[in-house]
Amino acid sequence: MSKMILNRRKDRIFSVVGLIATFTGLIILLFFIGDILKDGLSRIDWNFLTGLPSRRPEKAGIFTAMMGTIWVLFLTAAIAFPIGVGAGVYLEEYSKKDRLSKILEINISNLAGVPSIIYGLLGLEIFARVLKLGPSVLAGSLTLALLILPIIIVSTRESVKAVPQSIKDASYAMGASKWQTIWYQVLPASMGGVLTGVILALSRAVGEAAPLIVVGALAYVPFAPKTPMDDFSILPIQIFNWISRPQHGFIINAAAAIIILLTITFMMNGIAIYLRNRWQKKIQW
Amino acid sequence: MIHTTEVMDIQKETDQEKNVMEEFDGENKSDINKLITRNVDSFYGDLHALKDVSMDFPVNSVTAFIGPSGCGKSTFLRLFNRMNDYIEGFRMEGEILLDNVDIYNERINIEQLRKDVGMVFQKPNPFPKSIFENVAYGLRIQGENNKTFLQDRVEHSLKQVALWDEVRDDLKKNALSLSGGQQQRVCIARTLAVEPKVILMDEPTSALDPISTSRIENLIFELREEYTIVIVTHNLQQAGRISDYTAFFYLGELIEQGRTHDIFTNPKHKRTENYITGRFG
Repeated sequence: MSKMILNRRKDRIFSVVGLIATFTGLIILLFFIGDILKDGLSRIDWNFLTGLPSRRPEKAGIFTAMMGTIWVLFLTAAIAFPIGVGAGVYLEEYSKKDRLSKILEINISNLAGVPSIIYGLLGLEIFARVLKLGPSVLAGSLTLALLILPIIIVSTRESVKAVPQSIKDASYAMGASKWQTIWYQVLPASMGGVLTGVILALSRAVGEAAPLIVVGALAYVPFAPKTPMDDFSILPIQIFNWISRPQHGFIINAAAAIIILLTITFMMNGIAIYLRNRWQKKIQW
Repeated sequence: MIHTTEVMDIQKETDQEKNVMEEFDGENKSDINKLITRNVDSFYGDLHALKDVSMDFPVNSVTAFIGPSGCGKSTFLRLFNRMNDYIEGFRMEGEILLDNVDIYNERINIEQLRKDVGMVFQKPNPFPKSIFENVAYGLRIQGENNKTFLQDRVEHSLKQVALWDEVRDDLKKNALSLSGGQQQRVCIARTLAVEPKVILMDEPTSALDPISTSRIENLIFELREEYTIVIVTHNLQQAGRISDYTAFFYLGELIEQGRTHDIFTNPKHKRTENYITGRFG
C-alpha cells in the first residue's frame, strides 16, 4: 500500500477514534441524565421545592437545602470575586516579575489542585473554631471562597494578560496613570474572561459537599438561613443524606434534588458561555 | 520662507519679539523652537541606541525622521513623551526641553507631559469602546465629566480629522468596527481632543491603504498650522510631501538634518545621499 493511502487511512482512523471518544463521554452523560430524569422529574412540584426535610419521603422537600445553596453561592461570590480579581490584577500588572513572583505563581497553581476536603479542614479550624464563626453560612462561604480563589486568580491573570499592549500604550500615551489604565481599559476589556472564570469556579463550588460537611453543614436543618451566622445545609449534602436512607421514596427525592442541582449548574455554565460570547463580540482585536 | 510666529507659544525667557521665522540653521533659537534636544544619548541596558543627538524643532512645523530600520528613530521619538520609561533597563542622558522646560526633570508631571505631547502609533489602536468614548477618553481621565463640554470637544476633534460627517449619526458605534483609515483618524482625534502642543507620529500610515494614507497626509499638512508635529516615516516620498524639516538617522546617530527641500535635493553627507537615492534601505 502506498504511503499516501496509508496516511489517508490513518487520518480517517484518527478522526473516527476522536469521534468515538467524544461521543462516549456524551452518551454516558446523557444516559445518566436520562436515568435521573426518569426517576426524579415527576417528583418535582411546588411542595417539593418549598418543603422542609422530613422523616417521611413524601413530605420531604428541598427548601432548606436549596436556600442554603443559594446563600452559600452568593456569599462565596461576594467574598471570592473582589479578592480573586484584585489579586489577579495585582499579580499581573503591578508585581515585579522576579523569582519571588514566579514562586508565587507556581504556588497558586498548585493550590488549585489541593483536594477540597483539605480546605474543609482549614475552614473548620480557622473559621469555625479560631474565629468562632461556628458551623455557619459565613464559615462555609469563606471556606469555599478559599477553595475557588486560586482558580479565579489564574483565570483573571490569563484574561488580563490577553489585553493587548497596544491598548495600554495608547492609554499611557494619553496621560492616564497606571490605575486609570487598569480601571478604564484593562478591566473592562478582560471582564468577559474574568466573569467566565468566576462563574465556572462558582459552579464548581456549588457542587462541593466534603469541605462543607467538615465545616459543619448539617443534613437535617429545619429552617432556611436568615443571617450569615445561621446553620445551614446544601443540596449536595441533602442528596448524599437521602441516598443513604433505605426507603425507596428517598431515592426518588435524591434524583429530583440532583435534577435541581444540575439545573443550577447548567444555568450557571450557560450564563458563563453567554457572557463570554457577548464580550468577544464587543472586543474584536 | 517667512512666517508669522504665534506669540502665545513663546516662553518667558525671550527678550526679543520675533515676527519672522528665520532660516533654520541649527542654532539654539529657544523662542521659536517647541522642542530642543541637546547631546541626547540613550541606552537599552548596554546597547547604545542613540549617540549624541542634538536638534531643534521649530514651532508649527512638521519634522520627519528618516533612516533605515533599527537606527533609533522611534526610540528618539518616544523620548519626547517618555514612553521609553516603561522599558526595563532604558536610560537617557542629555537634555530634552519642551517650551524650555526639561521634561526629564524629576518634578515633571508625566501625565501632564503626555497631554502636551500626544502620540499616534503605527498600527491604529483605538480602544474597544464607542467612537465617542475613544475621543473623550483623554478628557475623562482628567476628570472632565460635563456632557456638553465633552460633546463639543468630541465634535470639534472629529471635524478636525474630517471624520465628523462620516460618523456623526452613530457615535456609539464601536470604534473597532471602522476601517483602518478611519480608526487611525479616531486615534488622531482623541489625541487632538486634549489640545496638545506637540504630536508625535510613529509611521502613522504604514499600515493603511493609499487612499487613507493620502487623507491622513493632507490632515497632517493642515494640522501643522496649530501644532508641532514630528513624524517617523519609512516612506521617503511621504517625508518629501508633508514635512518642512527632515532628519536622517543612521545606526543611532543623527547624520544630517535641515529643510526637507535641501536634504532631498542637496544632501551634504554621502550616506544621506545614498539612502535617499535608494542605494541602501
